[in-house]
Amino acid sequence: MASFLRKRIISSAIPLVFVVLGVFCLARLTGNPVDLYLPLSATPEQRAEFSAAHGFDDSVPVQLWDYLGNAARLDFGVSLRTGEPADAMVLEAFPVTLQLAGMTMLLAVLGALLVGSLAAYRPQSAVDRLAGLLSMTAASIPDFWFAIMGVLVFGVALDWLPTSGTLGGPEVWVLPLATLLIRPFGVLVQVVRGSMVGALSAPYVKVARSKGADATRVVFGHALRNAITPVLTVAGDLAVGLVNGAVVVETVFGWPGIGKLMIDSILQRDFAVLQAAVLLTAVTIFALNILVDVCHALIDPRVRQAVPA
Amino acid sequence: MKPSALPSPTATGRPALEVEGLRVDLHTPSGTVRAVDGVGFGVHKGRTLALLGESGCGKSMTALSIAGLLDPVAEVTGGSVRVSGTELVGLGRAERRKLAGPVLSIVFQDALAALNPVQPVGRQLAEPFRIHRGLSRRQAAEKAVELMTRVGIPEPRLRARSYPHQFSGGMRQRLLIAMAVALDPDVLIADEPTTALDVTVQAQIMRLLRDLQTERDMALVLITHDLAVVARHADDVVVMYAGNVVEAGPVREVFSRPRHPYTRALLDSVPEHAVRGRPLPAVPGSPPELSAVPSGCVFQARCPLADDRCARERPALEPVGASRSAACHFSEELDRG
Repeated sequence: MASFLRKRIISSAIPLVFVVLGVFCLARLTGNPVDLYLPLSATPEQRAEFSAAHGFDDSVPVQLWDYLGNAARLDFGVSLRTGEPADAMVLEAFPVTLQLAGMTMLLAVLGALLVGSLAAYRPQSAVDRLAGLLSMTAASIPDFWFAIMGVLVFGVALDWLPTSGTLGGPEVWVLPLATLLIRPFGVLVQVVRGSMVGALSAPYVKVARSKGADATRVVFGHALRNAITPVLTVAGDLAVGLVNGAVVVETVFGWPGIGKLMIDSILQRDFAVLQAAVLLTAVTIFALNILVDVCHALIDPRVRQAVPA
Repeated sequence: MKPSALPSPTATGRPALEVEGLRVDLHTPSGTVRAVDGVGFGVHKGRTLALLGESGCGKSMTALSIAGLLDPVAEVTGGSVRVSGTELVGLGRAERRKLAGPVLSIVFQDALAALNPVQPVGRQLAEPFRIHRGLSRRQAAEKAVELMTRVGIPEPRLRARSYPHQFSGGMRQRLLIAMAVALDPDVLIADEPTTALDVTVQAQIMRLLRDLQTERDMALVLITHDLAVVARHADDVVVMYAGNVVEAGPVREVFSRPRHPYTRALLDSVPEHAVRGRPLPAVPGSPPELSAVPSGCVFQARCPLADDRCARERPALEPVGASRSAACHFSEELDRG
C-alpha cells in the first residue's frame, strides 16, 4: 500500500506542475494590474514604480522563476488588494468551502445509497419509478436557478430562511446545502441503483439467499460492498466538482469560500491569491483522487492484489 | 396432473423431496412462456436423483424453483414441492428463509461467481451459523474452519481469511459445497457442480459430494447434462426435454433400455460410440423455442419415429414397468426394438 501511495503521489505531481504553469500564464492574460490599481491620471513614473514594487516589470519567464523559487520556500506572495499573504487568505477561505462540500457529499452519498438501494431492490416497482423520476429531476435542475428560486421562495416570500451569509444558526446551511446537494444526489441515486441492480442479480446474492439471508443482509451484507466501487468513482468526481464549482453557491449566498475568493481574485487581477487558490484546489483534487483509489483498494481485495508490492 | 415419476421402490417411507406437477412460467417482454411444464419426481434421503437434459430444457429452472430462488421474471404457476413434508409452493418469504440452509440447500456451478468476491471465505462459510444458529462471530468462524477442514482445504485457519479469487477452481467448489452442507440439510441440490472444472478435479468433487451425502444422509438432486456423471453417481434419473419430463426411472434400467427416443438419441451421441474419421453422432436439429413448443409431443420435430399421432396428441408420462415411466406413444415398441 505504501508503494502504491508513493507512486500515485509522484504521478500526480507532474500534472500539478502543468496546472501551476498554466494558471501563472493565463492569469497574466487577464490584463495588467497596474491599469486597475492606479488612477488613469497616474504618471509613467508612478506606474513604473508600482510595477517594480510588485515585480511586474520583469519579463514573464523571470517572474515565473521568482514565483517558483518563492513557492518552493512556501512564500506565495502577497495580495494586491489587501497586502495580506496570499496563502493566509486562501487557507482562511478554504475550510468554509470544505465544510460545505464535505457536508454535501456526506448527505448525497448516504441519501443516494438508501434511495438507490430501495429502488434497486425491486426494479420497476412504484418505489423504483418514483426514485427514477426524482433523481432524474434532481440531476437536471440548474443549480443557479434552484439557488435563486430558493432565495425567492424561502428567503423572500416565506421569510423562513436567511438569504445570505454564514452568521446564525443551522438555518444558514439549508439553502446553500440544498443547492449544492441536489445534483450530486440525483446523479448518485442513478449510479447506486444501476450498480445495485447488477450486484443484486449476481450469483453470490442467490447463494446468500439460499443460506436464508434476509433482505437487509443481502443488500447491506453482500451487494452493497460490491456495488459501491462505481459509486465511489462518481462521488469522487462530483466532490471535485464541488470543491471547484462552489463558485455559484458561494456567490449567490455570500459564503466567503475559495470559489468566491478565486472569482474576486480574477476580477481584481490579484495574481498571487489566484495562483495560491488554484494550487490548493488542485492539490485537494489530486488528494481526493488518491483517496478514491485507496478506498477502492480497501473495499476490493482484487484491486489490492493487482497493486504491485 | 401428470403422475409423479418416482419414488423408487428400493427406499421406504416418504421421500425427503417430492415434486409434483411443477409448472414455471417466464414473463418475457414478448409474452409468457412455460419453462417447466408439469415436472414431478421424488428423492429419498441417502439417494441421488439426476435431472438430465440439454441447456434450456428447464432443469436449472426446476432446481431454482425448488430452492425458491427464481428471478422475478419467472413464476411458479402450479404444482407442489414438499421438502421433509413441508409444502414450499405458496410459503411466505420468512418461513422459506428458515428452511433455506437447515432443510434445503443448493450448490451452484460457477463457484467464482457464487462466492462473494469482497468477503473472506471464512466469513461466508460462517454465515449459515450466524443466520440460523445465532452463533457469535467467533463461534461461527470456528465452525467455518471445521467445515473447511472437512472438505479438504489445506491450512483452513489461515485460508479462512483469504478471498475467493485466491483459491483454485476446485477449492472454490469445495468451499461452496461446504457452505451448502453447513447445517446438514435434508435435501441438497447440486446445479452442474462440476461443469466449470477439469476432469480430474470433477472426479474429486463428485467423490466429496458423495461422501458428504452418505455421512449426512442427504437426498441429492444432481442437475447435469453429463451422461457419464449420471451413470456413475446417480441412482435415479429424470430426463427432461423442453420443460417436460420425457423419461424417468433407475439409471441402470433407463440407460440400458431407454424407453423414449430422446433418451436413446442422447445415449447414442456419447463420443465412445464414435468411429474414427466419421462425424460424431448427434441428435439432429435443436430443441424448440419455449415460445414455440408444439402442441403434440415436444420431441416430434427431432424424433425418427414421429407420425401423425405425435403431432396431434402429447403423450402422457405413463408407467412403463415397475418403477419407470416414459412419455412416448412408442415406448412399447422401443422396448422390443
